[in-house]
Amino acid sequence: MLKQYETVFIMTPVLSDEQMKETVDKYQKFLISKNAEIVYENNWGLRKLAYPIQKKSTGFYHLVEFKAEPQVIREFEVTFKRDERILRFLTVALDKHSLAYNEKKRNKAKSDKQKEE
Amino acid sequence: MATQQSGEIKYLTPIAVDTKKKKYCRFKKSGIKYIDYKDADFLLKFVNEQGKILPRRITGTSTKYQRKVAQAIKRARHLALMPYVADLLK
Repeated sequence: MLKQYETVFIMTPVLSDEQMKETVDKYQKFLISKNAEIVYENNWGLRKLAYPIQKKSTGFYHLVEFKAEPQVIREFEVTFKRDERILRFLTVALDKHSLAYNEKKRNKAKSDKQKEE
Repeated sequence: MATQQSGEIKYLTPIAVDTKKKKYCRFKKSGIKYIDYKDADFLLKFVNEQGKILPRRITGTSTKYQRKVAQAIKRARHLALMPYVADLLK
């Protein structure tokens, strides 16, 4: 059965914009190759960290929401661990309340955008 | 001793009765079901200026949601959205 997950990962600020996109792309491709369905993505861009990680005080944050088989997660996290461009990552399984919350948040962001236009 | 004999203690001025506002769980009251670990600004309400999680007896959060708040704060800390230790956070 497919379950919905949410992963946030932090990439090193050393990367150029292109390298950063390439990294994100790599993980997208990984998920797709595992028959996962990407529901939502959001790049938070360069953010200040609350405390230094590996002597870096900033990092590129990226959020992916996807539906996947639970077995995929282990492999997904192993690739994060092996990747030196990744400072931190966190994968969370979403329950019905968090799903509703994310949906609402997305719709709100959408309608805000429409208003601006 | 006179007052004790009459059974009741009488005060010249009425003693101030504590009329403290009753604490309530803000999640139950406003119907919030999910606490987002990505929303660090909101979670800041549940930590002191050292970045420690405030106890229920101060915030008034119900047990159920205190657990979720704690979980969310710990996740936020892992992702460096909130500090593990700080001074003068607020």
